[in-house]
Amino acid sequence: MSAIPLLKISRLTKSFGTNQVLKSVDLEVTAGEVVTVIGPSGGGKTTLLRCVNFLEAYDGGSIKIDGREVGYTDNAGGKKRGEVDLAAMRAETGMVFQSFNLFPHLNAEQNVMLGLRQVRKKPHKEALEIARHWLDRVGLSHKTGSLPSELSGGQQQRVGIARAVAMDPKILLLDEITSALDPELVNEVLDVVRQLASDGMTMLIVTHEIAFARDASHRIVFVADGSVSAQGKPDELMAEVANNERLRSFLSRFSATAH
Amino acid sequence: MNYQLSFTQIWRHFDKLSYGVLLSIELAVIAILIGAVIGLTLAVIYVSSGRVVRAFISAYVEFIRNVPLLLLVYLVFYGLPTVVNIAYDASTSFIVTLSVYAGAYLVEVFRSGLDAVPKGLLDAGKAMGLTPWQRLLHVRLPTMTRITLPALSNTFISLFKDTSIASVIAVPELTFGAQWINNRTFRIVEVYAVTTVIYLVAGYLILFGLRMLERRFRVER
Ligand SMILES: Nc1ncnc2c1ncn2[C@@H]1O[C@H](COP(=O)(O)OP(=O)(O)OP(=O)(O)O)[C@@H](O)[C@H]1O
Ligand SMILES: [Mg+2]
Repeated sequence: MSAIPLLKISRLTKSFGTNQVLKSVDLEVTAGEVVTVIGPSGGGKTTLLRCVNFLEAYDGGSIKIDGREVGYTDNAGGKKRGEVDLAAMRAETGMVFQSFNLFPHLNAEQNVMLGLRQVRKKPHKEALEIARHWLDRVGLSHKTGSLPSELSGGQQQRVGIARAVAMDPKILLLDEITSALDPELVNEVLDVVRQLASDGMTMLIVTHEIAFARDASHRIVFVADGSVSAQGKPDELMAEVANNERLRSFLSRFSATAH
Repeated sequence: MNYQLSFTQIWRHFDKLSYGVLLSIELAVIAILIGAVIGLTLAVIYVSSGRVVRAFISAYVEFIRNVPLLLLVYLVFYGLPTVVNIAYDASTSFIVTLSVYAGAYLVEVFRSGLDAVPKGLLDAGKAMGLTPWQRLLHVRLPTMTRITLPALSNTFISLFKDTSIASVIAVPELTFGAQWINNRTFRIVEVYAVTTVIYLVAGYLILFGLRMLERRFRVER
């Protein structure tokens, strides 16, 4: 692919105190691409994702979305953007969380509408239409008035997805969005993600669902110990197993338990 | 002992008690409203400020919490007018005192409520592009309200009972009314028994109102 990357991460570093979590991550995502990130626990996947929308401030390297540096006016570690600028920048990326993080005082519809009203400044009627449209798309047209506490985990997560995509983000970030779910609810959520992928939504997905990563993504990135250890199309990556000891040991854990 | 209970005297002066309880409620409501504004404002400032500002707010809270309310009432009613040139009636003086007192307790209630808002919700607000002010208004405060309502109910009931201290500066609230009747009738058991019941019923009604509010908040918004 020769297209200009929508997201371009180069030599990204991030430490928590003395613990260097990201050691030089390079990663590009083109518009329309679905990239999944896999890797061992503690390898820095969540941190990487949270740097992309600046929920974590990174220390070095660069993250650019559409050519614009994320979080800093100029260079990493330099001057941070002002809060209003940061907010506007974050509105360009959508995020879905492992623990759903729906606003408990708002029903499904209101959860989706909040960003549309406050950030996108849509009139009430239009925001409502968009919210209903997306709730319908995730199969929740009958639950628009339900509070998060009245929804199952799978339903809550689908509201979480609707809330993120309704904002029409340039890229969607998903961090292990099914790992808090009961096994029987995983598929209803993954199906929604597959649907979004086929609609051409650009996504960066952290997941432990290797089978899902293989069949739903254009590219898989293996992050271990703070950097990208291997990446490629699903088949290419699986072929890498022969030369990459860490990837082999990581994947062997799955093939041992999967069928 | 052959003390004969007799309530006739109490009923004859019952207007003192009915007027008193209404005044008690009025004092409590006004002080709670002003105290809530003080408490919420300072709590929001506290969680979004640096060490110096926090130290000032903590000093206010600690001061109020370590001085008996009775003493504060005397200080504000007798002490303050001799230092600065102001004059106010006993009720106003007591409202000022109880508001400042309520404020200190409510800072703590609201502050721990704000702290208890799950970080994930704030992240969700950030991630969708809400500004800090919008996150406060649309995520943090509403979530805090749900978290603090039970603690808030307790504080409100306490403050309602604290209005009885206004009797020491002759504010004709419920306890003062009871003392007044007692001084004239010497029906000490009867008058205080009736007064206790009135406090209990009024306190229960306040609690009931707050529970309704709690339920409302849970369903809507
Ligand atoms: N806010 C934080 N403060 C300090 N250390 C942190 C923080 N967040 C993450 N870390 C540390 O950074 C490292 C990487 O964590 P991260 O959550 O990014 O890993 P991960 O790849 O997402 O793991 P998992 O698969 O378990 O979700 C871990 O050692 C973790 O303890
Ligand atoms: Mg993680």
